Amino acid sequence: MKKSKLTFWLFVLPLLIPFLMVVIWPAVNGIYYSLTDWNGIGKDANFIGLSNYVKILTSDAGFFSAFRFTAIFSAVCIVIINLMGFCLALLVTQKLKGVTFMRGAFFVPNLIGGVLLGFIWQFIFIQGFEAIGKLTGISGFSGWLSDTKTASIGLVIVVVWQLSGYMMLIYVAQLQSIPQSLTEAAQIDGASALRRLMSITLPLMRPAFTIGIFLTLSHTFKLYDQNLTLTDGDPYGSTEMLALNIYNTAFDFDRFGEAQAKAVIFLIIVVIISSIQLYFGKKKEVEM
Amino acid sequence: MNKSKIVHILLFVLGCALSLFYLSPMFILVNNSFKSLKEIYLNVLALPSKMGFVNYTTALEKLNYTESFMNSLAITVAAVILLIVISSMAAWVMVRYKTKTSTMLFMFFTSALLIPFQCVMLPLVRFMDKLSFMNRPGLVFMYIGFGGSMSLLLFHGFIKNIPEELDEAASIDGARPFQIYSMIILPLLKPIAVTVAILNTMWIWNDFLLPSLMINKPGWQTLPLKTYLFFGQFSKRWDLATAGLIMVILPVIIFYLICQKHIVKSITDGAIK
Repeated sequence: MKKSKLTFWLFVLPLLIPFLMVVIWPAVNGIYYSLTDWNGIGKDANFIGLSNYVKILTSDAGFFSAFRFTAIFSAVCIVIINLMGFCLALLVTQKLKGVTFMRGAFFVPNLIGGVLLGFIWQFIFIQGFEAIGKLTGISGFSGWLSDTKTASIGLVIVVVWQLSGYMMLIYVAQLQSIPQSLTEAAQIDGASALRRLMSITLPLMRPAFTIGIFLTLSHTFKLYDQNLTLTDGDPYGSTEMLALNIYNTAFDFDRFGEAQAKAVIFLIIVVIISSIQLYFGKKKEVEM
Repeated sequence: MNKSKIVHILLFVLGCALSLFYLSPMFILVNNSFKSLKEIYLNVLALPSKMGFVNYTTALEKLNYTESFMNSLAITVAAVILLIVISSMAAWVMVRYKTKTSTMLFMFFTSALLIPFQCVMLPLVRFMDKLSFMNRPGLVFMYIGFGGSMSLLLFHGFIKNIPEELDEAASIDGARPFQIYSMIILPLLKPIAVTVAILNTMWIWNDFLLPSLMINKPGWQTLPLKTYLFFGQFSKRWDLATAGLIMVILPVIIFYLICQKHIVKSITDGAIK
């Protein structure tokens, strides 16, 4: 085929134009706006240097508590979701009746949008838990979303419900790629089920675990919808995550420049995390 | 032998119990969607005293269900079809042209996957406002911009494995580039196009933040956006809320039941990338 430059650009431009206009131009602009006193979508912005960054890093308690909450939340979710996902994967790869139904039951929450997830669980936590509390006489079930501790646990429950089935699918794919001859050979040699899990399955699952852990991290770290519709940061901003904090800084307080500076800090954190991921991914490949 | 049978039964029971536990929020929701508000406040766990669809008819009306559903559907379908065509076109030339520009451009697209939405959100609203893009076609345009990188990546990986001899043979027969793409390449892309379609559908259908920033005309609202506003309006009306939620979840469940196999494959394909 004759490869002309014109053909190349004709095929690339339909994708490149929206990409430049929607992602790149606003991103570049965003870095500039983070250095201004921008205070309303349509308003002019004046250059003020690094003031926004200085302000955020020295005197914004809300941002720090949002960061702390996001980090702890992500860490807790990563452990629970991947553990659950792996156990569910082990379960549904057994030769049991009804595994297709079970897989569906575990996975379907993942298809439901974040906004709906938050509302569904709002109902369960507020009305459902209240009823369970009345039924069992345990007072801990009432006011679930108005207590700092239980509200954050609630958010964890929602995200575990949503993502554990997703991780299950990824682990099922990896489990099915393990040659059966390996485990069968070990079985003939007299290795117990636990032994086979520890010595054969788990080591071979390592690449999938790396994928699972970082997928969960990227979901939980950037969480917005569920955060908004389940707790909206309440009580007293204790469950406010980074994405929500950025949104509120802009739209509740009209501090767009400051919100943009937070978003740039957010980007830097995401890039650092992704570099770590890339490093681990590469390292694993060398070892294998 | 006997021991393994017991383990087998125990695992089955565990699986069933866990599935029911996972589905329990749905059961509770469905159960309460038939009750009056008074009944819900009385006891969430009790069965409804009589079956009635009043909540459903009211919720559907308040959600402007048909309109919001059609908005969501139109935006999703348009964006997904355009994404498939546009990004597979770009992926094809980026694989076939082994120039520096081509490699650089591909890296440029894929590294943008790192940028969190929050980072472009505010300048984007300002820019789109200036261009008068804050409407449904504008949303489709934005979804192409945001979904392009991932779709390109998936198509790129797939096209790499299609032998270039195919293109060349067609070229010798006198086919022009667009004919080669549309008649030789595009039909071969079906498996990966299904993956791209499903991943983008799940994302765009459920997306809330972008429409909430861009759409301010009631008639243009998508289903997630309308649900959010509906909740703000009827925050304590759990009778309407439960029925409304069921109706909004229903299309997704049907979608899963129809495309189960493809969805599972897409999820694992997408995760590995």
